[in-house]
Amino acid sequence: MKKLRKKVYMTAGYNTVSLGTGRKEFHPKKPRPGLEEYIKEAGEGTLKQIGGGKNVDESVIGNFMAARFNKQANLPGFIPMIDKDLAWKPATSVEGACGSGGLALTSGIRSVLAETADVVLTIGVEVQNTVKAIYGADILAGAGWYKERKQGHAYFFPGQFSNRAGAYFEKYGREKARKGFARWYKNAIDNARLCATAQEYHNNLDDLIAVGLSEPNPKVFTDHLNFFDCSKVSDGASSIAIVSEEGLEKIGIPKSEAIEVVGWAQVERDITKQPTDLTELETIKKAAHEAMQSAGITVDQLGTVETHDCFTIAGILAVEALGLAKPGEGADFVAAGNTARDGQVPFNTTGGLIGWGHPTGATGVHQAITIWEQFTGKAGDAQININPDKPYGMTINMGGDDVTVVAVVYKRGE
Amino acid sequence: MNYEDRLENVTVLGAAGKMGSGILLLTAVEMADLSLQPENKSKAFVLNAMDVSNPGLAGLKDYLQVQIRKVAEKKTVLLRKLYEEREDLIENGEIIDQYIFDVIKLVRPVTKLEVAYDSTLIFEAISDNPELKIKLLSQINENNPNFPWFFTNTSSVPINKLDKEAKLDGRIIGFHFYNPPAVQRLVELIAADNTHQDVIDFAYAFAKKLRKKIVPSNDFAGFIGNGHFMRDALHGISEVETLTKEMSFSEAVYMINKVSQDYLIRPMGIFQLVDYVGVDVCQYIMQVMNPYLTDENLHSPLLDQMIGLNVKGGQYSNGSQKDGFLKYEKGRVVAVFDTEKKGYVPISDFKEKCDAKLEALPESFAPWKQVNFDRNKTNILNRYFDELKTMETPGAELAKKYLIRSNEIGLKLVSDKVANSTDDVNTVMLTGFYHAYGPINDYIK
Repeated sequence: MKKLRKKVYMTAGYNTVSLGTGRKEFHPKKPRPGLEEYIKEAGEGTLKQIGGGKNVDESVIGNFMAARFNKQANLPGFIPMIDKDLAWKPATSVEGACGSGGLALTSGIRSVLAETADVVLTIGVEVQNTVKAIYGADILAGAGWYKERKQGHAYFFPGQFSNRAGAYFEKYGREKARKGFARWYKNAIDNARLCATAQEYHNNLDDLIAVGLSEPNPKVFTDHLNFFDCSKVSDGASSIAIVSEEGLEKIGIPKSEAIEVVGWAQVERDITKQPTDLTELETIKKAAHEAMQSAGITVDQLGTVETHDCFTIAGILAVEALGLAKPGEGADFVAAGNTARDGQVPFNTTGGLIGWGHPTGATGVHQAITIWEQFTGKAGDAQININPDKPYGMTINMGGDDVTVVAVVYKRGE
Repeated sequence: MNYEDRLENVTVLGAAGKMGSGILLLTAVEMADLSLQPENKSKAFVLNAMDVSNPGLAGLKDYLQVQIRKVAEKKTVLLRKLYEEREDLIENGEIIDQYIFDVIKLVRPVTKLEVAYDSTLIFEAISDNPELKIKLLSQINENNPNFPWFFTNTSSVPINKLDKEAKLDGRIIGFHFYNPPAVQRLVELIAADNTHQDVIDFAYAFAKKLRKKIVPSNDFAGFIGNGHFMRDALHGISEVETLTKEMSFSEAVYMINKVSQDYLIRPMGIFQLVDYVGVDVCQYIMQVMNPYLTDENLHSPLLDQMIGLNVKGGQYSNGSQKDGFLKYEKGRVVAVFDTEKKGYVPISDFKEKCDAKLEALPESFAPWKQVNFDRNKTNILNRYFDELKTMETPGAELAKKYLIRSNEIGLKLVSDKVANSTDDVNTVMLTGFYHAYGPINDYIK
């Protein structure tokens, strides 16, 4: 990809709580906020930091399946509801399954690069607890090819990634792989406990490694993954402002309070084809490397990474796709603590999808917000020290089984 | 006749009742699962839901629909395999809906007993009235050419009596579910002296498919579960009678209910449990059991008095609790009946006074809900009872006495040969009554 023709920043992030099982305030039978409450809370959270809707040129909203979870389409229509000054301005909805949030980011970045906007309000949202998980699995299966649904697992995506885990076990060994999974789970919960909006914030289980190592039960779930290997069903929204240099001036935020987008890539794999190799996330690999190339950096310059760990195996395979570990050694790399918050490259420092939660359409935006918080010292209890020799951060957001992938490289604004 | 053939034509008697509807549900699901196996596609499975209550049968289908959905949602992984060939069923939602339809389509709600004349297996879940049971079972037996097997859900009538008086030639077995059958894992299995071995074998196979835990009990009225519960309740009642010498009836009931729930770490206090089962049902079970007991009198004038005052407990058809010894609002106990005032006295009138009289609970106390599901349950209970043992507060003394009595009752069930072992007694109380520990234990001696 060509070098970016102008500077693009992100700032003023805001996350709602990721609501679902695990949160004390969640009760499946009690009324909960709906789509519009989430969009409004997240949108207002950003607008308050940037001087209100009058400073926004256009908006973009990432969402996967409100059409089925909430019987609602035409989401751009909710943007003016956030702030009356957003009425009569452009707004767009983007969809790429669980990569919808990432597409919202690239959509905002494009608008700034195209100079059609200096300030883009970028929101991701999903409200999934409207149906039980067994029916939600049908809805989420839309991220795969519909012709494969029939032969798929009842829990379609856990089934897909269970197949990947099975292939990984066979090729590299089950025991060490599961140790890696369990450590990934532990890291996710450890980090989530430090972030008040995380779904696992209230998690108080004792021995997380032992919990992570619980044997899978194929009779009720998948062959190779247990429940702790999976992200949960979440309701939530995240919002961030994507701005040009002029935009930053307009909203009165110094560069040091923003992160700069230094490289990005968006890559698609043919959804009607099986992955070439189940033990590799080929699309993530391409996207991550293209993004680093466009930023002109190498993997050892990454100070922290937010990757799409919808399942522990996806986390391990992303570590390998990035080149931090050789194929088959990602599990060992993780088990040794290298991706923990005090490790060589801290991953998913607010819990990631397994710990923070996975409101599907919001996830890509949430990842960018975590990087923004970490690089601007706003991560609170979850704050990590960024090694000055590794001044870059990366987000990897995936839709479907390694189909739609967005990777973005950031550094602190200066 | 193999397992599938035996289940091809089944009748549940009393299918609209609390127990009958649960038994019907479990049987319907098992039969539907068999009918969906490729090798059984040609068989026409029939499940007669027989009950004399038309309104009850009307409600039954609603109940089934809700419950089958719950069952299906839990086993969707398996259902996707069962419906593999159905190209038109793609999503879980479609498969679950089809399954509900396939289960319900086996069920034929009827009010006439004659339907059972074609069945090979009959579940009997009518009221625990020995004469009525004998009349219906013998009528079916005389008119049914298939030599059917009878599974009775009685909780107190001896199986030998039914076998002999209905002339069933050993084609009967006690298959006693706990309430609600869809949830409770325990089944007490009671064979009569003549019960055929293949009936027993089938009963085990069927229970296994239903994922129930079988505890064999010998054929003594009340079996293990009610054998313990009825005596345990009488102990509570006699403690109340003692306490009423120095306090009001409602206060005494409140205190003994609290001791039997909190101090004993049980899911319910003894009077709440009597209300749950039904004051009238308890009275009735004691009446059925009593003639068979030589060395004790299982009878409570207090229960007679309560029923005379039309205070009966039990449940509404939606499962909510009717008022009995205690008065309930949204499942919470808010008042206690007073036999002198013939009405309920709010707990707030005396709670503080009574709690003070019992004095403080052991420091290591935690409620049943917390203890029963804790991985360290054994340690928690050991610590708790070690502490309770050393205490001499009125509450602790009542609790210790209760535990000792419960232990005695359990041991007597074994020495009377109602139960084959102390383990069986404990298993019944653990799984059928959800106790956190068995009555036969070393906590308090």
